[in-house]
Amino acid sequence: MSDSTITTAQPVARRKIGSFGDKLFEALCRGAGIFVLLLLGAIILTLFIGGLPAFREFGIGFIWSSAWVPVEGREQFGALVPVLGTLITAVLAILFGVPVAFGIAFFLTELAPPWLRRPVGTAVELLAAVPSIIFGMWGLFVLVPFVQNYIQLPFGEALGALPLIGTIFESNNFAGTSIFAASVVLAIMILPFIAATMRDVFLTVPPVYKESAYGLGATRWEVMKGVVLPYTRISVVGGIMLGLGRALGETMAVTFVIGNANRLATSIFDPSTTIASVVAMEFPESLMGSTKQSSLLALGFLLFFISFVVLAASRWLLRSRLK
Amino acid sequence: MRGEHSPPVHTLWRDTVQNGLNRRSLMLGAAALPLAGTAMAQQATITGAGASFPNPVYQRWGQAAREALNLQLNYQSIGSGGGINQITNRTVDFGATDAPLPAAQLTERNLLQFPTVMGSVVLIVNLPGVADNALKLTAELVVDLFAGRITRWNDPRIVEANRELRIPNLPVSPAYRADASGTTFVFTTYLSRVSEAWKNGPGAATSVQWPVGNGARGNEGVANAVRNTPGAIGYTENAYATVNRLVTTQLRNKSGRFVVPDMASFQAAASQANWNVPGMAADLVDLSGDTVWPIVSPTFILLPTNPVADRVAGSRNTMRFFDWAMRTGGDAARRLEYIPMPEAVQAQIRASWAAVRDPAGAPITI
Repeated sequence: MSDSTITTAQPVARRKIGSFGDKLFEALCRGAGIFVLLLLGAIILTLFIGGLPAFREFGIGFIWSSAWVPVEGREQFGALVPVLGTLITAVLAILFGVPVAFGIAFFLTELAPPWLRRPVGTAVELLAAVPSIIFGMWGLFVLVPFVQNYIQLPFGEALGALPLIGTIFESNNFAGTSIFAASVVLAIMILPFIAATMRDVFLTVPPVYKESAYGLGATRWEVMKGVVLPYTRISVVGGIMLGLGRALGETMAVTFVIGNANRLATSIFDPSTTIASVVAMEFPESLMGSTKQSSLLALGFLLFFISFVVLAASRWLLRSRLK
Repeated sequence: MRGEHSPPVHTLWRDTVQNGLNRRSLMLGAAALPLAGTAMAQQATITGAGASFPNPVYQRWGQAAREALNLQLNYQSIGSGGGINQITNRTVDFGATDAPLPAAQLTERNLLQFPTVMGSVVLIVNLPGVADNALKLTAELVVDLFAGRITRWNDPRIVEANRELRIPNLPVSPAYRADASGTTFVFTTYLSRVSEAWKNGPGAATSVQWPVGNGARGNEGVANAVRNTPGAIGYTENAYATVNRLVTTQLRNKSGRFVVPDMASFQAAASQANWNVPGMAADLVDLSGDTVWPIVSPTFILLPTNPVADRVAGSRNTMRFFDWAMRTGGDAARRLEYIPMPEAVQAQIRASWAAVRDPAGAPITI
């Protein structure tokens, strides 16, 4: 009898202490969760309110105007060039980066001998840790002259005469800093993210599926194409979208190599600019309350919106894996 | 500041550690360093922020003022726009800007504007076989090169102006500042002054929509772009071009003479300027005179005319600092390739400080 009272009394006392701790912990966690929501909301709101004068002055045309005239008295700002520059460099970066990332992931999961997997995997992760300014410097001193001498000139000569698309490859830009150079730097920067995601999702394929396919006499490539890729397709796309999200917002590395020209480019070897680099270059010299500052904040809002759409899409595609 | 006193602090720290962190050793350590302690305690600090162009000379003057005036200058080169924003918000003692504020805005923000030094912008080129200061350019050629109307260096008009040079047949690749800057403001002001088309096109501002060329960040970025691209032409501050031995060009001035960018031609421009304008915003771009370099510009300090009680000391010390710097800092400025203010202008600047009033309405004497 006495035994039972002791055993019931103790848990009650413990539960009291426990419930207070639980409540505190719950409140703290909930606070943290709500805090991040509020923070995000506050950032969006700040950008929107800051950009409102520009949206009001230029209307919806702000988005497709290519004007960028900070001259006092006749200010005229438009987002078309930076928005296009941002989208084109990011999409080209995906085009250049994804095949290589797929190769790395395929190699690491299917081809590489086990002793090599770890060093190569670590190298890929280290690539993700390189600061973006390093990529910018490397891009400017190594990649830009290379692109100029060995890619832009041969491509321009070989493909410049093609009808319709020839203009994409032909450029009068002789400095080497261009959309193409920026895309290559971005591709290298997002490579580790995409490769790591792909490797991780390839590893989630149940071995029994692959072994069944191998058992049926499939080659490695057939297993990849017929089993692994269909099984992981959506996650792979989600990983690519994450890379795209990073490419959209990259600032310093792009600024170094894109040529910072706020005018419409006709060729991928022309200089252009991105939202992030325009904001970084022009914000320090913009006066408080000026149309220019407001336009830069409006650009920031647009970038936020684009990134949000991309990330939301990637979340949506990854939803089955993230559950 | 910190750098200068760090060895004693280290000694102090080592003493403290060796003596087992007791309070007495700490006090002994401090007593052994009376100079460092008192200097730090008594030194007044002035804070300023703004233009990056005069930053080297302000830092040099600031170092010297520590000894001479027992004054510590904390200047942050965050850009002219940032400087204007900060002084408008009164978060610093003074702001600095390359592009002068219009008189109306000065009144609106209760600011006094005065120049400190002048600087010049030069053109740099990368043309193999063409020596420093050998290439002769006219204002029209410069505009056309940056507007994309001249696309090759063997353009007949360039050859015409440079009969004695062998100019390589290279495509023209202009380089400009990607970051908004006072240098760009001065250079585009020059282009707008000499060309109506440029004035109505890209115009003059701290950043403009360049019709051709590539943007690079900072003077060093432009210099690097020019160095790496045969056929490139760019513009930088003279100080930067001189220190880095870049290949500069001659320029034809308003009087029709070709001039070399050197101290003599800059000073000739300075002596031609008219400083009796609102905000002392003298215009030194494209002045007449046989030896005048056409792209010279002053840089300015912004001082509140109505400092709050807390900031009166800061305003007074700012005026003390610049008074001293103008009197004794001319050589230091010249060594850094800046042009100091002529004597007469200095007197005018000192007189203008009478407009700075403390909250009681009395002028602040230095």
